[in-house]
Amino acid sequence: MGLLSAAIWLPIAVGVLLFAVGHDGNARAVRWVALIGSILSLLVTLPLISGFDAHTATMQFEENFAWIERFNVRYHLGVDGISMWFVPLTAFMTVMVVLAGWEVITQRVALYMGAFLILSGLMVGVFCALDGVLFYTFFEGTLIPMYIIIGVWGGPKRVYAAFKFFLFTLAGSLLMLVALMYLYYKSNGSFDILTWHKLPLRDGAQSWLFFAFLAAFSVKVPMWPVHTWLPDAHVEAPTGGSVVLAAIMLKLGAYGFLRFSLPIVPDASREWAWFIIALSLIAVIYIGLVALVQNDMKKLVAYSSVAHMGFVTLGFFIFSDLGVSGGLVQMISHGFISGAMFLCIGVLYDRVHSREISAYGGVVNTMPKFATLAVLFAMANCGLPGTSGFVGEWMVIIGTVKTSFWLAALAATTLVFGAGYTLWMVKRVYFGDVANAEVKALADLDAREMAVLSMLAIAVLWMGVYPKPITDVMNVSVGELIKHVAQPKLP
Amino acid sequence: MSAMNWTIVAPEIVLLTMACVVAVVDLFVTDTQRRVTYWLTQASFVAVAALHLWLLPDSAPYGMQDMVVSDSMGHALSFFATVAMIFTVAYAQPYVASRDMLKGEFFTLAMFVLLGIQVMTAANNFLMVYLGLELMSLSLYALTALRRDHAVATEAAMKYFVLGALASGFLLYGLSMMYGATGTLTIPDAFTAIGTGRINKEVLSFGVVFVVAGLAFKLGVVPFHMWIPDVYHGAPTAVTLMIGGAPEFAAFAITIRLLVEGLSGLAPEWQQMLVVLSIASLVLGNLAAIAQTNLKRMLAYSTIGQMGFMLLGLTPTVIGANTLSAANAYSSSMFYIVTYVLTTLGTFGLIMLLSRQGFESEEISDLAGLGQRAPWMAGVMTLLMFSLAGVPPLVGFYAKLSILQALVTTAAVPYIALAVFAVLMSLVGSFYYLRVVKVMYFDPPAAGMPEVRSAAGVSALLAINGAAVLVLGLLPGGLMAMCRDAILKALTS
Repeated sequence: MGLLSAAIWLPIAVGVLLFAVGHDGNARAVRWVALIGSILSLLVTLPLISGFDAHTATMQFEENFAWIERFNVRYHLGVDGISMWFVPLTAFMTVMVVLAGWEVITQRVALYMGAFLILSGLMVGVFCALDGVLFYTFFEGTLIPMYIIIGVWGGPKRVYAAFKFFLFTLAGSLLMLVALMYLYYKSNGSFDILTWHKLPLRDGAQSWLFFAFLAAFSVKVPMWPVHTWLPDAHVEAPTGGSVVLAAIMLKLGAYGFLRFSLPIVPDASREWAWFIIALSLIAVIYIGLVALVQNDMKKLVAYSSVAHMGFVTLGFFIFSDLGVSGGLVQMISHGFISGAMFLCIGVLYDRVHSREISAYGGVVNTMPKFATLAVLFAMANCGLPGTSGFVGEWMVIIGTVKTSFWLAALAATTLVFGAGYTLWMVKRVYFGDVANAEVKALADLDAREMAVLSMLAIAVLWMGVYPKPITDVMNVSVGELIKHVAQPKLP
Repeated sequence: MSAMNWTIVAPEIVLLTMACVVAVVDLFVTDTQRRVTYWLTQASFVAVAALHLWLLPDSAPYGMQDMVVSDSMGHALSFFATVAMIFTVAYAQPYVASRDMLKGEFFTLAMFVLLGIQVMTAANNFLMVYLGLELMSLSLYALTALRRDHAVATEAAMKYFVLGALASGFLLYGLSMMYGATGTLTIPDAFTAIGTGRINKEVLSFGVVFVVAGLAFKLGVVPFHMWIPDVYHGAPTAVTLMIGGAPEFAAFAITIRLLVEGLSGLAPEWQQMLVVLSIASLVLGNLAAIAQTNLKRMLAYSTIGQMGFMLLGLTPTVIGANTLSAANAYSSSMFYIVTYVLTTLGTFGLIMLLSRQGFESEEISDLAGLGQRAPWMAGVMTLLMFSLAGVPPLVGFYAKLSILQALVTTAAVPYIALAVFAVLMSLVGSFYYLRVVKVMYFDPPAAGMPEVRSAAGVSALLAINGAAVLVLGLLPGGLMAMCRDAILKALTS
């Protein structure tokens, strides 16, 4: 079994094992098995980083077997510089999520941990799949565990949120399914994504395919105006669910643009780039303003995610090396930062059981260690130099300036709005005088929470100070992609 | 050609003999010894299934003086129907026992239902189609009415009988038109006669309308669906499963035998009709299912929607195209129906398992909190529901995938539009399937719900059923290839 298969199936196998034998009577054992399983799943992804050859844009660690011969569907896995980092990132965030749910989740622990491990394996599968049907299987398969996670452990409106999440994402991806069928027909019976990259397509067909892909990926990213499921899902999901949603699941959509839209329909991508750029800028500016007026911390971070993802799609559709790499760096960095911010909210919520900003005030007085870390993540969220948040945004803005100064100026407003909504929240929650008795009674981080947040803090700082190892891996693949997109693919 | 060729009807002969044996043996067993009858029935089913597997590689020798044909498609469908029947009877046994319905008739009638199905799948003659259909239907009417003292069941039986008889009349009338126009009852001869182009097209078209209407009744697609919700709801769940499970294979088989093997010369006519039937079923089935609170009724409407989806696979125009693309399209429908029956078996099996003496677990709300009360069963039900909704990696997704693939590869805009429409309707459908999962996992268990207890054997069977939905989803290739070969052989013979 190859490395990528191991990274996909190990967490799934552990998850299924937990489903099969776990119950609340052996919750302690379930937690440990889940933790060990997730750590092992992270360890098997490490050889990817050390063994990756950054000098080539070809797929590496490939596995290619016949799967459904009737339709020539293949079990084809591989990573290139674009997808490689997301595999360890997913595995890493899963460890964080398992740790974050350690004490908070007391009911149906096996179902919770199992669902997250299975989800982790499926998401790794999305990043590795090089076959259309295989990709779709993983892409859609993620809905099942997430639906259960939101619906079972979520807040008061969890049922509504779970349905909205499921139906929105399903609606988008079903249209993509028809597009995949069409490509299968056009390529004379192949579901191989790399074959599709080379497939000449007429202009009209390209546009249709482009919008079918857009339907699937824009919902997942999510882009304005189909983002409305995200705040609902985030607010109602348990902490772990929010972390996975923000850190990894949103990236599946953005990744889809790079794997499908840009290389398969490059002409349509260039033709409709203005449309995506417009939607991205609306997300950056309008959603930034919406975030400013939120009273609920989770909603605020959810809207901030939409705004940040707008930056990612903007970077992709200006078709420059810097833009695409910047978007990718932003995706990874946002994975760490948004995950950390949701974990911080989780820390507060576990103690006070409120996500309202007004329920807090002066937390720094009672939780100094926690406040230090939380402020660091907040700074990273608004793109402070020296944190990972800065690198991606800066690269995208520089890339955009080359295309158009005014676009870049509009995009750069994110630095203002981001700082606005994040710091204002920090001010109201953490600083000032102790607001009420509940805040006064807060206990600072315990060792487990400290460990989780410090690991994320290290990641954020390391990426901010020395992003070279990450961008080095991407450079060649991104360069090839940009070259590929620049060439017309009309027959 | 006109030999008797007894071997190819060996399964039917065994089944008929055993049905009589079971009927006689049952006279000598008391209620407490009814296990004997049960195991005898199951053993006969296993033998019949084995015989069909053994005959599977046959390529179209005709037998019984051209009355029946023995091809892979027929044997494959009969095999699946037999397996479905084994599951049905196994799930049903505890259920009917607790409702005082466990008489010898139940088993004998079940065997006659299966015999009717097998006659239909093997039919090579218009009359054989009709005889098989009547044998199956009459047995099912009697089964529905088996609970004599139950008003709802009796009403359902009445409705089923009246509407079913009407449908049979339609079909018979259409077939008589065909006979009048072509001068033959043998299906391949009718095909040849139509191929000459010297047959009066008006009589043929008139006849084909009645044939399609009769088939649509049996498949339960709109606007011939009225009996489905009432019968599914009213019949004892064990019988509902017997109506909604194995007979689907027969309905599919006679659709292929009559429309494709016999009347493919008229494909432009019947394909238009099928498109209309599919669209109407997808809309009505999926929308009406949303409003249901009774699980059996919801599944009845879901059946209508699913059958509409299945029929789409028969609509792509293949006249002038090669047999391969026709086999591609039709075999996706066959795959769809196999996977659909597999999931149906599980869902109704589960409903029976959750029911006890004097309590029918058939409201959706009765499932509340099942995720906590019986995690294994809730898990199986979740797999089944997601499969029906068409979410990968469950088998229902690959069934939808192959139908969509058949539509899109025609590369004709109307068919691609049809695919998009079907996809949107299955999105609507996913709502009510999701709601079942919601009730099981998100809702707390209602107070006073009886504890879920079940025989280990039945639970194990249900677990196998659920696992099959998942495993066939991960490895659908074998079954797909089997369906394709079967259809390909049926088309080329």
